[in-house]
Amino acid sequence: MTTDLGMPAFAPRGVGHLRGDQSFPEAAREALGNKQLRSNLGRATATIRTKRAAVVAEVPDWADLRTAGAAIKDAVLADLGAQLLRLEKQVTAHGGHVHWARDANEANRIVTDLVRATGQTDVVKVKSMATQEIGLNEALAEAGIAAWETDLAELIVQLADDRPSHILVPAIHRNRTEIRDIFLREMGRAGVPAPAGLTDEPRELAEAARLHLRAKFLSAQVAISGANFAVAETGTLAVVESEGNGRMCLTLPKTLITVMGIEKLLPTWRDLEVFLQLLPRSSTGERMNPYTSMWTGVTPGDGPQEFHLVLLDNGRTATLADPDGRAALRCIRCSACLNVCPVYERTGGHAYGSVYPGPIGAVLSPQLTGVKDNPSLPFASSLCGACYDVCPVAIDIPTMLVHLRAEAVASKGMKAERAAMGGVSSLMRHPRLYGAALRMGRLGRILGRRRGVIRRLPWPMSAWTRARDLPLPPTETFRDWWVRTHGSP
Amino acid sequence: MRVALFITCLVDAMFPQVGKATVGLLERLGYDVDVPLQQTCCGQMHTNTGYPDQALPLVRQFADVFAGYDAVVAPSGSCVGSVRHQHAGLASRAGDAGLRRQVDAVAARTYELSEFLIDVHGTADVGAYYPHRVTYHPTCHSLRLLQVGDRPHRLLRAVRGLELVDLPGAETCCGFGGTFALKNADVSAAMLADKVEAVISTGAGVCSAGDSSCLMHIGGGLSRGDLPVRTVHLAEILAST
Ligand code: SF4
Repeated sequence: MTTDLGMPAFAPRGVGHLRGDQSFPEAAREALGNKQLRSNLGRATATIRTKRAAVVAEVPDWADLRTAGAAIKDAVLADLGAQLLRLEKQVTAHGGHVHWARDANEANRIVTDLVRATGQTDVVKVKSMATQEIGLNEALAEAGIAAWETDLAELIVQLADDRPSHILVPAIHRNRTEIRDIFLREMGRAGVPAPAGLTDEPRELAEAARLHLRAKFLSAQVAISGANFAVAETGTLAVVESEGNGRMCLTLPKTLITVMGIEKLLPTWRDLEVFLQLLPRSSTGERMNPYTSMWTGVTPGDGPQEFHLVLLDNGRTATLADPDGRAALRCIRCSACLNVCPVYERTGGHAYGSVYPGPIGAVLSPQLTGVKDNPSLPFASSLCGACYDVCPVAIDIPTMLVHLRAEAVASKGMKAERAAMGGVSSLMRHPRLYGAALRMGRLGRILGRRRGVIRRLPWPMSAWTRARDLPLPPTETFRDWWVRTHGSP
Repeated sequence: MRVALFITCLVDAMFPQVGKATVGLLERLGYDVDVPLQQTCCGQMHTNTGYPDQALPLVRQFADVFAGYDAVVAPSGSCVGSVRHQHAGLASRAGDAGLRRQVDAVAARTYELSEFLIDVHGTADVGAYYPHRVTYHPTCHSLRLLQVGDRPHRLLRAVRGLELVDLPGAETCCGFGGTFALKNADVSAAMLADKVEAVISTGAGVCSAGDSSCLMHIGGGLSRGDLPVRTVHLAEILAST
């Protein structure tokens, strides 16, 4: 095991959802062909973008908050080992149990064993990215344990046997009519069926989900959650949400198991003040989220009487080891970067092949798995920078993408491209040859002689001319003109 | 004031009229413009495609060629963005402290055209006349890396005869992104289609920008659709009298 050699391990293959079966360009091409998906996404992201912009604009010290958010995360990451031990001590002191999981397999095994020990075969789940990342539901299913998602959008995805396509709104790729059809078709198989005659009115859909989920909440003995934050100082875990379904899971069952990525840590209670402002405004475009649940170990006679915290690495320490990539661990999963990304808006989340889509996915997934396993993701961006602008913890995603591209190139052969890049680079070091090469561009005029523009070029430039013309190269380059009119070379 | 023109490889090879316009404009405003012929490229294509080692010699060359000038002006927000935001990182990555000092010094004196006109020259009215309906695409790197803000718009509003019309969704990327247009050609084309639609919706006859690369992309889409809008670089408009 590489860990023993002091080299942090990547998230293992064969478990969880961090790798796709197709490269991004291939998957994106298929997604682009889905008109319904594009219009659902376009509408949804535009709405949430506008909401976010409005509530961020009304905070006069947003820039300072953002700087503080980044600084707090950087501080905790710089001292992660000690801070995690502090957390463990506090959680244990308050009657909780802490488990350390090196990767997805270990985490899945720990959770499965914990659920088995309760003798239960059904668990309710609070929406959680970490458990999606490790494929926990599948692991539990293999052990004969049914895990029921209780977040509305996550429920839609689960009922449809679909995959989440957005961090915050996993069913963002579905519209109301599709959701009604899924409810009518699938709810009965999972429990309380949808009322006959269900329409696609949002209120009716929510009511159907409420009835369906209530039965689950009232019978559940075990709940599984993720965490938005954990406070090392006090041992407190926090989950923020809009629906209150998480609150039900976090309070009603006897046993609560929380799976948390090790980067979710905050040093002190006071630090929550910064993040409870940054997160809702960036995420749902609300000033404050409707439900904030916090718990510290167990409280006799109140809420779950058994609490387990599973601390998950799964490639995070490896990410931390890269000075140019580690800022990705600041991410608080607000999804603001997805909502402003022109690439995500057109391809949707599935094209990224990982539970982390969009700009953050393009930098996080390859780092968790090792760039070798996700080599096309760092290129899934035009580097327009809209993500960096909105990120509440100021992750410079474009610069990180460029850094990861170099790693992707280094990890793959890319012989032809490397030779071309090297050739162009050395040509550019010799201005005289370079000038001559530019002049050669004139030959390209022959390709567009009839129309005055170039409509078709050979590979690899054919990718350009599939959708765009290219102007004819000029008869005289700029430098030749300059020499002719302003002096000698 | 010794002003050097950083012509950029794309303008040099494909759009010499943009270079000529920049020279003409700066000379008209009284500057003695020099075009050092040892210059080639900022290296952005290499850097952004994952070839920092191949970009490094170009960074070195840039810093050498433009060392002695009071100001370096380029008709490209993207290339200036690379000089200001990538060269330092590439020098540090190579562990070359001397080069790092050199690039920091040059980067501090390198300006995108609208920055130079507004911040150094100090006026929005450059005496241009351009009797057309124009819409302006701000380009991502000018907007977000350089934060040029409304400088181009102030320059355009001062042009006599010019009617400036708002571009819907102006701040959305046109989908060029350098080799992104080739590596993710389908996504890039989908982004372009929306940009072209926005341009057409303005009813403008001219779509302008401060980057020939984005204009080449948008223009390529307009031309493929046989649409009656021309792409014209900001420098060309400001040089017109
Ligand atoms: S990278 Fe930033 S904007 Fe994107 S989800 Fe994470 S915190 Fe939010």
